[in-house]
Amino acid sequence: MISKQLSVFVENRKGRLEEVLNVLKENGINILSLSLADTTEYGLLRLIVNDCNKGKEALTKSGFSTLLSDILIIKISNISGSLDETLKVLSKNDISVEYMYGLSVDGTKASIVIKTNDILKTDGIFTANKIETIGIEEI
Amino acid sequence: MIWNETKECMSRDEMSSLQSKRLVKMVDYVYHNVEFYRKKMQSMGLLPSDIKGIEDLNKLPFTTKDDLRDNYPFGLFAVPQSEIVRVHASSGTTGKATVVGYTRKDLDVWAECVARCFTMAGVTRNDIMQIAYGYGLFTGGLGAHDGAQKIGATVVPMSTGNSQKLITMMVDFGVTALACTPSYLLHISEILEQQGLLDKIKLRTAVCGAEPWTDEMRKELEKRLHITAHDIYGLSEVMGPGVACDCEYHNGLHVNEDHFLPEVLDSKTFKPVKEGELGELVFTTLTKEGLPLLRYRTKDITSMYTSPCPCGRTNVRIGKFKGRVDDMLIIRGVNVFPSQVEVALIGIPEVKPYYMIIVDRVNNLDTLEIQIEVDEKYYMDEIKGIETLTKKVAHVINQALGLNAKITIVQPNTLKRSDGKAVHVIDHRKLF
Repeated sequence: MISKQLSVFVENRKGRLEEVLNVLKENGINILSLSLADTTEYGLLRLIVNDCNKGKEALTKSGFSTLLSDILIIKISNISGSLDETLKVLSKNDISVEYMYGLSVDGTKASIVIKTNDILKTDGIFTANKIETIGIEEI
Repeated sequence: MIWNETKECMSRDEMSSLQSKRLVKMVDYVYHNVEFYRKKMQSMGLLPSDIKGIEDLNKLPFTTKDDLRDNYPFGLFAVPQSEIVRVHASSGTTGKATVVGYTRKDLDVWAECVARCFTMAGVTRNDIMQIAYGYGLFTGGLGAHDGAQKIGATVVPMSTGNSQKLITMMVDFGVTALACTPSYLLHISEILEQQGLLDKIKLRTAVCGAEPWTDEMRKELEKRLHITAHDIYGLSEVMGPGVACDCEYHNGLHVNEDHFLPEVLDSKTFKPVKEGELGELVFTTLTKEGLPLLRYRTKDITSMYTSPCPCGRTNVRIGKFKGRVDDMLIIRGVNVFPSQVEVALIGIPEVKPYYMIIVDRVNNLDTLEIQIEVDEKYYMDEIKGIETLTKKVAHVINQALGLNAKITIVQPNTLKRSDGKAVHVIDHRKLF
């Protein structure tokens, strides 16, 4: 099941990140997970939120560059080696991972956000290999 | 349509003989009415009778902006103050304001010249024309106003500073023609796009001036707004807008040379360059009464063409401006005009046509940074993609300038959009 991620371009300036978070707060958007990729010039804030369309609209209105992109949220066993197994399935099918980050750990299960070079194909591969994907509302 | 066929379509020989006649009269006039020129000519051992026609033009002294400043405010006026019916003053960004004065006849000639230019842009009495240059000391507003009124267009004197009102009236009135700076037109087109009003306007022509812009930018504006855009040129010292303008063929700007005698000179030898070669544009006014000027150095770099234009006008054309003598940046020994950066950026669809050039000197080495904005449509969330884009822009800039530049992406709408003259360069170097 393909989900949406909200990403925001953040200039590498003091207070900019806080401004993004403040816009989300003002609009009642809850952040479920995030990852911040940084370079010397700018940062890319990737967010999983409860309402990505509303979040995008609010941020765009406040002058931020935003984008909704397709990602997958997988739920795998919270034991050593399970992520390795999952990635092996992808590489075997010639899929490369662009980035990923952890979402939550819930007892025996761990959720991970994953972005690949071909999300549609990846989704099919996960289904075929019985790797569980979940939607944002199920988190 | 041609506003004044007699003056705009005469043969080259007729024009030269008219210019010669007027120049002889002008030299005699300034010698007897402006102390500054009389002294200057006397110190050169030059008498008015030595000037027999335009072939003697190179004997005459130059005039610079400094001369106007040194004789601030009215020192170069050739008539008593009672004959001056209006003054304008330049923005004064480079020091004390320079003041220019017009007699009643000067204002008539000015309106005539602007009318010729606007007619080149297709404006007629059936148009509703917004003038969105600043009204006031700046020559743009009132100068364009008088010309549009002379044509008989319905003039809407907007001035600057309220883009929303301009747009509302543009839609409500069915405005068909607009005069403003090119950067302001770009700004307006962006607001129209944002508000979804592009198909609600009836605009068909825009006459833009007061800052140098490129052919690429013209085409971009024409495409965005479905209009024709024309470049009008002028400077307050010589008159104001209306010295030259380009016709529908965009073959360069036709100079109203029966009033303003142009030369394009080599910046070192001050000898005329060959047709089509770059040099500094110099004007001698041929009919002005209030503030006549001999060989005024504009610091604008351009080229001149006498070949026939398909529009039927025969007066000389000046090419698109390649910047100003004093706008030119020398970075690591390379001459750079901000307009080159603009041309380069317009060719990249992912990037908006706004930019800021930041020049600095670190450890005795010049650094060049160009700030750009990424078009929303092309925004991406992978560092890889952003790096690829900045590399692409850096490559295009390198091809255009022969210099490596650091490309910085800034957030949307942070680069300055300007109502007047856009500032494109910040130079942190202390070179003087």
